Amino acid sequence: MNLRHRAAHLVFPDASELEEPLLDVQDLRTFFHTSRGVVKANDGVSFTLDRGKTLGVVGESGSGKTVLTRSIMGLLPNTNLERSGSVRFAGHDLTNLTPHQLRDVWGTQMSVIFQDPMTALNPVVRVDRQLTESLRIRLGLDRRAAHDTAIALLTSVGIPAPERRMRNYPHELSGGMRQRVMIAIALACGPKLVLADEPTTGLDVTLQAQILDLLATLQRERSMGMILVTHDLGVVANRADDIAVMYAGRIVEQAPTKDLFSHTRMPYTEALLRSIPRLADPSHTRLRAIPGRPPDLAALPDGCPFAPRCPYAQDRCRTEDPPPRTAGAGHLFSCWFPVGSPEGDDALARNVAAGVPAALAFTGVVPNGSISVASGSIPTGAAGTVGETPGGEN
Amino acid sequence: MAGSGTAQLRGEDLLLRVEHLVVEFGKGQHRVRAVSDVSFDVAAGETLGLVGESGCGKSTTGRAVALVHPPDAGSVRFAGTELTALNQRELRQARTKVQMVFQDPISSLNPRRRVLDSVMEPLAIWGIGTTDERRAKARQTLESVGINAADAAGRRPIEFSGGQCQRISIARALMLEPTLLICDEPVSALDVSVQAQILNLLDDLKRQRGLTMVFIAHDLAVVKNVSDRVAVMYLGKLCEVAPPDTLYRHPAHPYTAALLASIPEPDPSATSDGTAPLSGELPSPTDPPSGCRFRTRCPYAQDKCTSEEPEMRALGPDHFVACHFPLPRPVETAEPALAGATVGASPFSNA
Repeated sequence: MNLRHRAAHLVFPDASELEEPLLDVQDLRTFFHTSRGVVKANDGVSFTLDRGKTLGVVGESGSGKTVLTRSIMGLLPNTNLERSGSVRFAGHDLTNLTPHQLRDVWGTQMSVIFQDPMTALNPVVRVDRQLTESLRIRLGLDRRAAHDTAIALLTSVGIPAPERRMRNYPHELSGGMRQRVMIAIALACGPKLVLADEPTTGLDVTLQAQILDLLATLQRERSMGMILVTHDLGVVANRADDIAVMYAGRIVEQAPTKDLFSHTRMPYTEALLRSIPRLADPSHTRLRAIPGRPPDLAALPDGCPFAPRCPYAQDRCRTEDPPPRTAGAGHLFSCWFPVGSPEGDDALARNVAAGVPAALAFTGVVPNGSISVASGSIPTGAAGTVGETPGGEN
Repeated sequence: MAGSGTAQLRGEDLLLRVEHLVVEFGKGQHRVRAVSDVSFDVAAGETLGLVGESGCGKSTTGRAVALVHPPDAGSVRFAGTELTALNQRELRQARTKVQMVFQDPISSLNPRRRVLDSVMEPLAIWGIGTTDERRAKARQTLESVGINAADAAGRRPIEFSGGQCQRISIARALMLEPTLLICDEPVSALDVSVQAQILNLLDDLKRQRGLTMVFIAHDLAVVKNVSDRVAVMYLGKLCEVAPPDTLYRHPAHPYTAALLASIPEPDPSATSDGTAPLSGELPSPTDPPSGCRFRTRCPYAQDKCTSEEPEMRALGPDHFVACHFPLPRPVETAEPALAGATVGASPFSNA
């Protein structure tokens, strides 16, 4: 309890009185110094989030989306870390806070729902202590009040027989139940912002729908801001107000959800959307796979990081990094030859004519009328790794 | 759902015919029937998709078919041979034609062995060819799954991404030229972009080599993409068997319909009424519900479902369902009814 009084407390205005956005991230860079070189996990990420709104952050593994949530929270280790840019939350710049001051932020102002509820929960501590711990320390509740609040929380996340579940250890709960407990812990102290890092990855589709609905309901009731991090565009399509698509540590396209799907500008977003198997397609529909894989964040290629895999890529893309451009209200993208523009159509047609494998795979044009599984490889830009052969995997 | 019966079986002469398969784990009170009287068949060159939530017994079924975990009862007839009747030596021989690809591509490769050695090993075990011949074949197989063999051969699994490791696992499974490939969630650990690459690869290999596949997955969209026939499992039993286009357009089993409705569509205009189509969780398989096993979560459950287990029966040509009250065929009218029923009647919570 002493910890609470050691430093001067931060004062947070009530979110409803706030004039600036709830969260304002500007040019956030999170670099790790490793033996392999500098890993640029977040390289100039900027976005804002208003209270009660949801931002979906979408990207493949290794795109830096999890580091982004940790970096915003200030949860990263200090060693070998280089962080610049600003994270303004409710009027405070979180990057300048001391660890003690950050304790005033965590839990009561913002909290994280971690991806894997089995490893995020302490396996040797019962649910009740994991839940009441923050209530007692943060909110200063006594044992009985904390217990009652915890029961109410478990009820609100849809756990039947909460009294009994309070005495359980995490391993006695099913995967869905554990994720509900995780959510209850994250929401215990009434945060204004929740960072949900792949909250449903690893859960069954039926459970996924339940958990996402639960999060949406709780968010509405508490008018929380939420950052929903996922690799599944299907998860955010119906639930986010805005979507930011991450690739190689940057936001490569950001737009209001409907806009992103209907007026896709960035070839990566388009490729990601096309690679998903759709229920509406007949079976054995050939998938438009993206050849290769994301670049190594410690050895990024020159120019646009997606260029080595991009069906639209031209020489310019391989030398010059495209700056963010706007396309309508709130729609930002970084591309020299955007989808749906004359330059873009032209670039794609040129690549198809030149027989660029990525373009052929993307458009479904098969050279010589045969689909070969193995053919030449394209550089992935990843140093020291073996290039994934894109061949006939259109 | 969760019915027994063999109406869905098509004939005696198919490549794989599994009848009344039962797999149990544990002893006494804790005995779990992971697979409880499951029957299906797969024709040569066909891909059977096996879908269901985790814990429904789909992986156990796959492993039992390959006799990795021998079934406690039932028969597995593969290419005219009853696998369960074979002795250990005969079984090893037969199993060269039945290979598996596992879920986690990185942990299913030995981290301390070079890729080429792992891929060559099946040939070494069976003493096929000289070392040079084995090496040549391993290189050729690696190339056929899209791995640059010259570059990859001497490396270890840690140097590869998940997608590449899965390609290597597939190459290893193909070394003995199996006729049946059992893929247990081969893409669930991979990113969507890489997932599409692997699914396309499996489809190509199937065509080129005339492979027969059992494809186990929880993702219905993935299963639809690769399968010629889909079997839906729930709590150790089969609910519905049909070709994918039929099953997805006209799901007859309430569980299939609920699974389909749970899939998040990557389309913001797709309507969602904010209610999960299926509440609650899978009941414990140690003490499954009487009658139809799905009744505790089924919006249509009646008294009959408690007392009587539904048998698998034909609804149409090659469409089989184990349900007393299958959904009517035009699914457009069935969907609102399901959603409405779920909102109102939720007698089943996640107990």
